[in-house]
Amino acid sequence: MRDIERHQYDVVVVGAGGAGLRAAIEAHANGAKTALVCKSLLGKAHTVMAEGGIAAALANVWKEDNWKVHFRDTMRGGKLLNNWRMAQLHAQESPERVLELEEWGALFDRTKDGLILQRDFGGHRYARLAHVGDRTGLEMIRTLQNRAVAQGIDVFMECTVRHLLVDAGRVSGAVGYWRQTGRLIAFAAKAVVLATGGVGKAWKVTSNSWEYTGDGIAMALDAGADLIDMEMTQFHPTAMVWPLSVRGILVTEGVRGDGGTLKNNKGERFMFKYIPDFFRADTADTEREADAWYEDKRSNRRTPDLLPRDEVARAINAEVKAGRGTEHGGVFLDIASRRPADYIQRRLPSMYHQFKELADVDITKEAMEVGPTLHYIMGGVRVDADTAATTLDGLYAAGEVAAGMHGANRLGGNSLSDLLVFGRRAGLAAADYAKRGAAPRIDEAQLGAYADAIAAPFQRSGNENPYQIQADLQDTMQELVGIIRTKSELEEALVRIERLRARAARVRVPGTRVYNPGWHLALDLENLIGVSEAVIRSALVRTESRGGHTREDYPKADPEWGTKNVVTRRRAGRLELVTEAIPGVPNELQALIGEDKPAGQVATGEPVVIGGKE
Amino acid sequence: MKVWRGDRTGGEFVEYAVPSDPGMVVLDVIHRIQAAHAPDLAVRWNCKAGKCGSCSAEVNGHPVLMCMTRMSEFRGGEEITVSPVKTFPVIKDLVTDVSFNFEKAKQIPPFKPKPKEPDGTRRMYQEDVDRVQEFHKCIECFLCQDVCHVIRDHEENKPSFSGPRFFVRLAALEMHPLDTNDRLELIRLKHGLGYCNITKCCTEVCPEDIHITDNAIIPLKERVVTAHYDPVAWALRRIRRTGQASPAPSEPQSKAQPPSA
Repeated sequence: MRDIERHQYDVVVVGAGGAGLRAAIEAHANGAKTALVCKSLLGKAHTVMAEGGIAAALANVWKEDNWKVHFRDTMRGGKLLNNWRMAQLHAQESPERVLELEEWGALFDRTKDGLILQRDFGGHRYARLAHVGDRTGLEMIRTLQNRAVAQGIDVFMECTVRHLLVDAGRVSGAVGYWRQTGRLIAFAAKAVVLATGGVGKAWKVTSNSWEYTGDGIAMALDAGADLIDMEMTQFHPTAMVWPLSVRGILVTEGVRGDGGTLKNNKGERFMFKYIPDFFRADTADTEREADAWYEDKRSNRRTPDLLPRDEVARAINAEVKAGRGTEHGGVFLDIASRRPADYIQRRLPSMYHQFKELADVDITKEAMEVGPTLHYIMGGVRVDADTAATTLDGLYAAGEVAAGMHGANRLGGNSLSDLLVFGRRAGLAAADYAKRGAAPRIDEAQLGAYADAIAAPFQRSGNENPYQIQADLQDTMQELVGIIRTKSELEEALVRIERLRARAARVRVPGTRVYNPGWHLALDLENLIGVSEAVIRSALVRTESRGGHTREDYPKADPEWGTKNVVTRRRAGRLELVTEAIPGVPNELQALIGEDKPAGQVATGEPVVIGGKE
Repeated sequence: MKVWRGDRTGGEFVEYAVPSDPGMVVLDVIHRIQAAHAPDLAVRWNCKAGKCGSCSAEVNGHPVLMCMTRMSEFRGGEEITVSPVKTFPVIKDLVTDVSFNFEKAKQIPPFKPKPKEPDGTRRMYQEDVDRVQEFHKCIECFLCQDVCHVIRDHEENKPSFSGPRFFVRLAALEMHPLDTNDRLELIRLKHGLGYCNITKCCTEVCPEDIHITDNAIIPLKERVVTAHYDPVAWALRRIRRTGQASPAPSEPQSKAQPPSA
């Protein structure tokens, strides 16, 4: 007889970052018996690492700002691939969600007249990000954590959910294990909310923590739910590149928002060469205008240093490829020569500390060396905009694990607001569903099979090391599925993925079930490999360059592709990929976005001058 | 590097050698040991950038975040030991049972804001939030808890003493410009503020440089003393408090009576 701890809830929320906490708070407030389950200790989720701020059109700094401008920025930043309804709800509701955090004790930086201060960020027309220095994620997660604890929500920490249970076409619960003891745990649940974040740990250079192994995406796929846009991965343009051990650690966009500028090894502010036509009307084309914009947004256009992240990451990649990079393969990010030391220390204390402690660089005196890092996945589980419902009954998804909101590229600051807006909506809808739904029935045979699979790495006869396989996967994704992709490399990646999958099936872990990271990784590897495959296959299907997906062999955005999602689902054990039309934007919203489409060639690092200004 | 391996029944230091690279931190070495020699070596970590407070341990006996402790801080050939934080019970290797902290967190009466301004806004000025923002920098690494003598060497004090982390939290709430909840009596009776004899060990180990003793604990002590021993303040508080304080969701009774503040 298998030893499985049993629980029964109306709503089980998997993941306790911003989206999971917000979902659990809402589900609980709506009367659902709610469990919050997370892989790490409470308060350590990836949200804690968010730096720059929460995008919300509060209009505290620029009274011209409103949800319509935020909606427009989000859609254009996403290269129009966004689910318009999600972008609309997000823009409309994020101010309310931010103010709600203040009601729960959050203390944002203040304007001179005592309101929430907002800072500039990439792709946002106005200073829009509510923030606390450069540690906004910490403030957000602690506020939500304290709220959830005060409400008395049941929290299962260091508890990994491994599989969803499905009965008669709807979710009936989930099964996993306690990390501390290795004991199996099963939840019977009327509804499950996935809030598990992304899959950054499939890449070598990433800003993501160990938890980002694509769990929710893999579980949803396995349970029969649809994924969309899995090829859309975001490389944040600025991360530390040196020393090697810190390569990939994020350097907030707030550095540029607060006046920092990118330079190549010739001291040239190269972003002026990479302004795409799609953003030309909104972007300054002289250094003088770019610098004046920080103070006066009415008569100047935004600095190209704050183009959306996909544009900046590609530009950095191209500069480095052209031999204009730094000694360690990055470019320079200079705020030292542009802002006073006390301003830098006050606005960017974590960055100051991080560079000082880890790289012996004083950012008030010297430029930073930065380069792109895998930061986020826009693709993920397909959801209904209003309810966050997936295509599987009883299953909801919010935050990075869900897709649609950000289209082909996410704007900085739109993630934290996404977590709040759709976390709340998911919690609400899951609680509603649980009220209507009958008690779940656990399929004991299914549960038993999953329980055996979880224990399998102790019993296999192979001798593969899970850490080595993860390292090899990271090399594969970094090398072949990076910022710039091409058919032959993606096909090679698929071949390697199959080999890695075979090796992963031969992992044998030593030791006991008590807090055994080798065992945990052996299980996480299956998710990493499964989700990586979905990314690669989707990247092969989309034969154009748009947002976070750049094809060297198809270097232009194709208006036809701009109307399509790549849908991935698992049927009879195999991945099935199809394209489906994205929902059409209603006329009154289309008018806000404008009629032009991204069309030109993007910077793949080939000797093509984008924007023609050289 | 010598890493403590074991569980609650006991353990020992085990020596490992792995290749080194410039710029490495202690956590990098631990990860290399895991990958090459000890796949089941238990360690907590998340952000690897000093932001999440997961990878607390004692390196050569000093409580630190492993992700922010560079190998270049040690002399060539110097013996380096890594052991779990001492104040909390070991689960395995470098992982300890820190549930003490999550239980204490449940006993803190929540934030309770005053009404909004007449125009529907919340107006607070930067100079009014500065000192509370300092407390909000806490990443809950619990190194201050680890180093605090009241619980590091006295298991018996744990039920009646919440520790520096929670004095910071309580100070953040008490000094929040909008908060109206009253926790001073609880701080004295249940959280055991009086045990602290301000040796500042907590302040010294705080990776976020929060002035725990000077800015949180001492002002709290002053508030508690004023409230408890000043008869006028006491009477006023009694009147004001009626119908105002909302207690924490669950309040397990502690048997030990802490000394007065």
